Amino acid sequence: MNATIGLDEQIGQWRTYVARRPAISADDLDELENHLRDQVGDLQEAGLADDEAFLIAVKRIGRLDEVSREFAREHSERLWKQLVLSGDDSGQPRRRTLPVALALAVGAGLAVKLPALFGLTMADASFYVLNASLLVLPFLAAYFAWERRMGWTRGLALLVPPFLIGAVVANAYPLVEGGVMQILVVIHLPVFLWFAVGLAYTAGHWRSAQGRMDFVRFTGEWLIYYTLIALGGMVLMGLAFAGFQAIAVNVDSVLGQWVLPIGAAGAVIVAAWLVETKQSVVENIAPVLTAVFTPLTTLLLLVYLVALLSRGDLVNVDRELLILADLILVLVFGLLLYAISARDPQRPPAWFDGMQMVLVGAALAIDVVVLVAMAGRIAEFGASPNKVTALGLNLILLVNLGWSAWLGLGFLRGRRGFAALEHWQTTYLPVFAVWAALVAVGMPLVFGWG
Amino acid sequence: MHIDKDLVAASATPLVLGILEEGDSYGYAILKRVKQLSSGQMVWTDGMLYPLLHRLERLGFVRARWDVADNGRRRKHYSITSLGRDALTERRKQWDVVSEAMRRLQFDAIAVLRLGVA
Repeated sequence: MNATIGLDEQIGQWRTYVARRPAISADDLDELENHLRDQVGDLQEAGLADDEAFLIAVKRIGRLDEVSREFAREHSERLWKQLVLSGDDSGQPRRRTLPVALALAVGAGLAVKLPALFGLTMADASFYVLNASLLVLPFLAAYFAWERRMGWTRGLALLVPPFLIGAVVANAYPLVEGGVMQILVVIHLPVFLWFAVGLAYTAGHWRSAQGRMDFVRFTGEWLIYYTLIALGGMVLMGLAFAGFQAIAVNVDSVLGQWVLPIGAAGAVIVAAWLVETKQSVVENIAPVLTAVFTPLTTLLLLVYLVALLSRGDLVNVDRELLILADLILVLVFGLLLYAISARDPQRPPAWFDGMQMVLVGAALAIDVVVLVAMAGRIAEFGASPNKVTALGLNLILLVNLGWSAWLGLGFLRGRRGFAALEHWQTTYLPVFAVWAALVAVGMPLVFGWG
Repeated sequence: MHIDKDLVAASATPLVLGILEEGDSYGYAILKRVKQLSSGQMVWTDGMLYPLLHRLERLGFVRARWDVADNGRRRKHYSITSLGRDALTERRKQWDVVSEAMRRLQFDAIAVLRLGVA
């Protein structure tokens, strides 16, 4: 009897030890423990003593480092936080990231104020809307390049060209102020540069599907952290404003000209640092929000589809509808992407996956209705930059969601693994980068500056 | 006989799928079957089987479910899917080509030797 207790204790200790490996989940551990116990049982039957049997069984499981690395290779989604956090396996010492992050945050804040030396104030809206991402994102890219140890030559070779191109587009293109083309560049340039940050985030390994998915996860979490910081900052600014006003001190210009722009720029880097560092502490938020909003959005889209169809005469709709359809597709794409990025690919299909396909289906149906209704008018409009952009984005999202729906249906019917869907999304990601670059860089060259 | 690591890795997927084609099974039993089939010549690092099984599951080649075994413990059972059967057929064909090529090579070598003697 005594001996059995000893064995259970030993197995318990082994469990605790293995459980420290983040790549091995509780279920995997159950599976491995089962294996261990079966093996011990067989060895005991062969006449071995408990502790002998245990030792041999543990040895046969294999070296824990290698086994856990194999698990990590298969289940990297469990690991992305730890991997980006410390790089335990690399054998390199952990670096203190906070001072560097803070220094770069201050740098980004000062960079935003740098144009003031040349007489540009915050009132020069058209300069700032074009250049905001150019002033701030290089610092974020620099942070990742440093943190991922990209090295100077490699880092500069990869990261300087996109930002240089961005600078040319924003400042050398004679864009008409407030014109359509300027608006298109303002929207697409930050997206293009964000992908440049992705180059640094993946340490230049942008071809790796895993790296791309990690960057998607990072983007979602970063947006949430940034929003939270912005909300907190706004509350604080409001308090400061009211407080100083109460004692008749005017701080309008200090807050508006200094605190707000520097804070907004610095928060970009701070939010990124938080995402990187606090991931293992807090559960990811983006997937949770996705889970909340998927059913609501599905309902909304279904109702809207019915309303759209019952209108009957869609001939008189204007192009706003096309942009609306684009926004719906972007939203659905985002919900789908984040649900995919957070999903354990092992889990069998569940109701949520079905709901997601309904969501995608509804979005596709709406889009088709809009496209059909506008088919005639689109030809009539002629090719203006607005229309080309709206239609191009529509097409890109249509292809993405259409194929996702096809893969998703295969998964629901058990004919395909979930990995196919994940693989499709990571493969497709560069299409968005190329599109953003095409619109920001190429469109003004083709359609003029107006 | 020690079997080369790369060869073990290359044969692992078709072996596991083939064993599951015989009937549903679980990790420990699959390993025992591998030993039995190879008369104890193929020895895997036990722990490595599980990441492999999970990869096959992700690819949709096998399906897993948790059952309660006779001893009251939870046990994860695997069964092959139709997709897995297709993959197995494909792998079998590939192996046939390889082993046929090896066999011919041996025969040719023997023929050359004989010619040399004669």
